[in-house]
Amino acid sequence: MAVTAVSGVANRPIPRLRRLEDERWLALTLLAPTAILLGLFIAYPFFEGVLLSLTNTRVGIEGGFVGLKNFEKVWNDSIFRTAVWNTFWYTGVTTVFKLALGLWLAILLNRHFRGKALVRAFILLPFIIPTVLSTFAWKWMFDPTFSVINWTLFQLGFITKRINWLGDPDLAMASIIVVNIWRGVPFFAISLLAGLQTISPELQEAAAIDGARPWQRFWYVTWPLLLPVTMVVVLFSVIQTFADFQLVYVMTGGGPANATHLFATYAYQIGIGTGLLSEGAAISLAMFPFLFLIVVVQLLYIRRVETR
Amino acid sequence: MIEGAAWRRWVFYNIPLILFVFILLFPFYWMIITTFRPDGELYRPWNAANYQPFWTNNPTLDHILYLFEETSFERWMVNTMVIAAVSTVISLFCGVFAGYALARLNFPYAGGLGTAIFVTYLVPQTLLFIPLAEIIRSFRLGDTPWSLILTYPTFLIPFCTWLMMGYFKAIPKELEECARIDGASRFKAMIYIILPVAVPGIMSAGIFAFTLSWNEFIYALVFLSSPEQKTVPVGVTSELIRGDVFFWGPLMAGALLGSIPVAIVYSFFVEHYVSGLTGSVKG
Repeated sequence: MAVTAVSGVANRPIPRLRRLEDERWLALTLLAPTAILLGLFIAYPFFEGVLLSLTNTRVGIEGGFVGLKNFEKVWNDSIFRTAVWNTFWYTGVTTVFKLALGLWLAILLNRHFRGKALVRAFILLPFIIPTVLSTFAWKWMFDPTFSVINWTLFQLGFITKRINWLGDPDLAMASIIVVNIWRGVPFFAISLLAGLQTISPELQEAAAIDGARPWQRFWYVTWPLLLPVTMVVVLFSVIQTFADFQLVYVMTGGGPANATHLFATYAYQIGIGTGLLSEGAAISLAMFPFLFLIVVVQLLYIRRVETR
Repeated sequence: MIEGAAWRRWVFYNIPLILFVFILLFPFYWMIITTFRPDGELYRPWNAANYQPFWTNNPTLDHILYLFEETSFERWMVNTMVIAAVSTVISLFCGVFAGYALARLNFPYAGGLGTAIFVTYLVPQTLLFIPLAEIIRSFRLGDTPWSLILTYPTFLIPFCTWLMMGYFKAIPKELEECARIDGASRFKAMIYIILPVAVPGIMSAGIFAFTLSWNEFIYALVFLSSPEQKTVPVGVTSELIRGDVFFWGPLMAGALLGSIPVAIVYSFFVEHYVSGLTGSVKG
């Protein structure tokens, strides 16, 4: 091509800047800052974390090698088992609701009406406002003595005495799930809306002319076309939810009586709270196999879509 | 899409949409009303006769004043702003270049590197915070803004790279080749021809990265310890809760004021933000 002909003229020894004409050198230069930062603060901590989890290090006390003792201890820890169960439950339930409600909201938004841009902008607020700050508003709304939710339910006649939302293990978990859904629905809705907008309305019309009912049009036309976007959104959300920390930390701190811990909050409580660094690192790393599995699924899926 | 009478439109579209908007925005209303509510009204049980949830007749600025007089709130705001801005700039610098290299250059292992960056995109902060805290300490960065400025890019760069790859791939190769034929070097062609075309993508990545770093919590919670160094989310959490006592008024005031900068940035660049969001999940 013309490009190679131009750069091929110079056959003299190459000055340093000229090296950037070579794609490989240019690529190396452009990727170097990224590689250094990611290597230093992701790859290195990962290996450090694995090493740390095999010792008995505490804050200020350099530990020795203990093999898999930490993992063994964690495995027999009933709070850890609760945390594992909670994490799966929390991730599963919230994802189903976020998908269903997000899809519903996306369909509601996928038409022309006055003020659409404004509504869309406002709807995303739960997703952009820092989670910790909006979660405090929820915690205040759930406060047993001053709760506006209790007041509303009482006024509507659903309850007769106060509900201690964050003081009961099951209710506390349910409250956390509600807040997570509230925060996640906008992300699902806006992403799925973008997916819906790429589907040509002519397909809908063609199906309608062929006699398909609205439900059939959704199930056989829209849904299959929306599936690629849905898959990616769900997998992203699953990873974020699985590794969540902020929401539970603010709402309950893992309580009451350690009933609402997730992997991350329990790792924080053990590793930073009580200073058992190596055990905390082990709890964090216990997330890894599951995250790894999700990432593999995602990579395989993306590859399949790309090669199609 | 919409067929039939007006009542159907209300039942199936307008009323559900109004409910969605109401529920999604109500906590922010609650934040605002609590900020301006005097303590006497604030700590009135919900089953008291004069409980008045949705309005207050005696608005007060006490909680906001408390925030500025009794805590280092303005320091937290400045810290958060500086940290978010600097880490966004670093991430854009790295991400734009890396995205360009991965999308438009041929070199060995390009595919593998692309996958590696995508995988780091999916590494949550909570997986690595404990060993990272040790590393930050051994680099003597603990309790300084640098601990966050250098670590936030680890989750921002992969995102920026991913988004920019999409943008760069969509720009036709001929554009660059024209510049090269006119005598521009490869590097110059990238800087002067391709980057200007990709400005909307860079904006999206920047806005998104800024809101992500404003939102970050666990690194800031673990790496910072002195009140003067904290970011807004951590400062509010650790300084306005003493033991079991929650200072709800100042807490909500802090949450409100701490949300305003992101909300402003967001409101100016909604379209960029949305395209960043949807671009981030495009496979």
